[in-house]
Amino acid sequence: MFEQIVFYAFAAGLIFAAFMVITVRNPVHAALFLVAGFFASAGLWLLLEAEFLAIALVLVYVGAVMVLFLFVVMMLDINITVLREGFTANLPIAGIVAFLMLAAIGLVVGRHHFGLTEIPAPQAAGADYENTAALGRVLYTQYLLPFEIAAVVLLVAIIAAIALTLRSTRQTKAPRPERQVRVTRAERVRLVSMAAEKPAPADAPEA
Amino acid sequence: MMETIESQLSFLPAPLLAVTLIMLKIVVILLPIMGGVAYLTLLERKVIGYMQVRLGPNRVTFFGIPQLGGLGQPIADAFKLLMKEMIIPDGANKVLFLLAPIVALAPALAAWAVMPFGSELVLANINAGLLYILALTSLGVYGIIIAGWASNSKYAFLGAMRSAAQIVSYEIAMGFALVGVLVAAGSLNLGEIVESQRGNLFTWFWLPLFPLFLIYFISGVAETNRAPFDVSEGESEIVAGFHVEYAGMGFALFFLAEYANMMLIAALTTVMFFGGWMSPLPAAWTDIPVIGTLLGDGLHWFVFKAFFFLFCFLWFRATFPRYRYDQIMRLGWKVFLPITIVWIVVVSSLVVLEVPPWFSNHGAGA
Repeated sequence: MFEQIVFYAFAAGLIFAAFMVITVRNPVHAALFLVAGFFASAGLWLLLEAEFLAIALVLVYVGAVMVLFLFVVMMLDINITVLREGFTANLPIAGIVAFLMLAAIGLVVGRHHFGLTEIPAPQAAGADYENTAALGRVLYTQYLLPFEIAAVVLLVAIIAAIALTLRSTRQTKAPRPERQVRVTRAERVRLVSMAAEKPAPADAPEA
Repeated sequence: MMETIESQLSFLPAPLLAVTLIMLKIVVILLPIMGGVAYLTLLERKVIGYMQVRLGPNRVTFFGIPQLGGLGQPIADAFKLLMKEMIIPDGANKVLFLLAPIVALAPALAAWAVMPFGSELVLANINAGLLYILALTSLGVYGIIIAGWASNSKYAFLGAMRSAAQIVSYEIAMGFALVGVLVAAGSLNLGEIVESQRGNLFTWFWLPLFPLFLIYFISGVAETNRAPFDVSEGESEIVAGFHVEYAGMGFALFFLAEYANMMLIAALTTVMFFGGWMSPLPAAWTDIPVIGTLLGDGLHWFVFKAFFFLFCFLWFRATFPRYRYDQIMRLGWKVFLPITIVWIVVVSSLVVLEVPPWFSNHGAGA
């Protein structure tokens, strides 16, 4: 009973947030609604006793990916009226594409493949069940190779992104901290020994 | 004590009773934190004052006793901030502008739910406590970003951008440092992490994980936007950064969040690297009459250790100049990240080789 209330609350929140993401005009608001959507789906995963996935979703997507998204979206100077031009002209094509995608999703995740007869509802595990440990065990034994390949693909993506944006030091005027932190006092400061004040001229009047 | 309260409230139906008890526990945790935040501001001004050979606040008396001058300052400050008008700037995004301080404060307080104050003193003893902490500390940046953007002000926006980049960078080093703790302890549960450090001062994780401890604490200072990493406020460059447009209680909430986060990082450093509630003294000393219980394990050791790290926060602020922005980024990405990755390999080898005294009794069990 209680679980169902929680489920419907999170599900309603998720659908509302997802709907708002595609309907609000302001892209920053859309990004924030997407964050809300991630939270709602994390709640649903918690209900499924998948605490690792739920927390990882919040940690990775909300804590890092969406922060960078917001970072970029906030800096864009978006003219919403220009963005909305040609909405009616493109509507039929977009509608057809949307319908095809919906049909495809329906075929794949529909009743025939994921119905209760195909995949029965899993038994609730006890309180000492650790989703993190269970996931780690299969990930590093049964699925070790796919896991490693995924890691290598990500690494290649990181290196490619860096290589695309890398400028040699000749092209940039960026300071080089390793040289800056190695600076010694002798390079910057010269102590000059001199009298504290100039000697008063001989004919100066008494102050 | 919990049982007596429970029996007092036994007239309530069972679900309501559970909720009431949880609410009571939350209040018991939050009230000292809020009081601590208020007096931490006074402590900070006093400590920095003395370090700079001044007196700090000493005018507002406490119950009219002149010798306690200054102790009333946090209360006076709180009243002043409560009475002030909350100005919403022209062109600001009103909803987000009002939401931002709440978003900043909520994760800072929610993270305390899994904090083990003692061997039995924990509100939510969850398996994935460490992950929960990581997830919640990464949410604090939203308050700052939303505040900076919703203020519709250039200074605020600059502060928010600096903060976003900085927090995302240091989160990685922080996460890797915690991976080292996780490998060493073999558990994500904060209580078990403390328990796996049982022994004496030298079996605590600060010794085998020394580089990770330093990196965690420094990243914690950067995550809370404290000096010397306070470029998101940078009052001498961008006036006050993300909260420049805030007044009254909205402004105060940002400070509550900042100080609650400081306390959180100090407490977490204690839990991860300094044995939480455990006493550094030999167990035999608990037999000493009268002061024996004080010398044994307990909440007071947790508070004492966390207080030391809190003091370090104030110490840093009084003595270090602010980092330049590109050097902050260099430190996070080019110094901390490689060190943490190397040290995770080192820790993993130590665990696999079951090096005494830290890792002699586990390895096969996990």
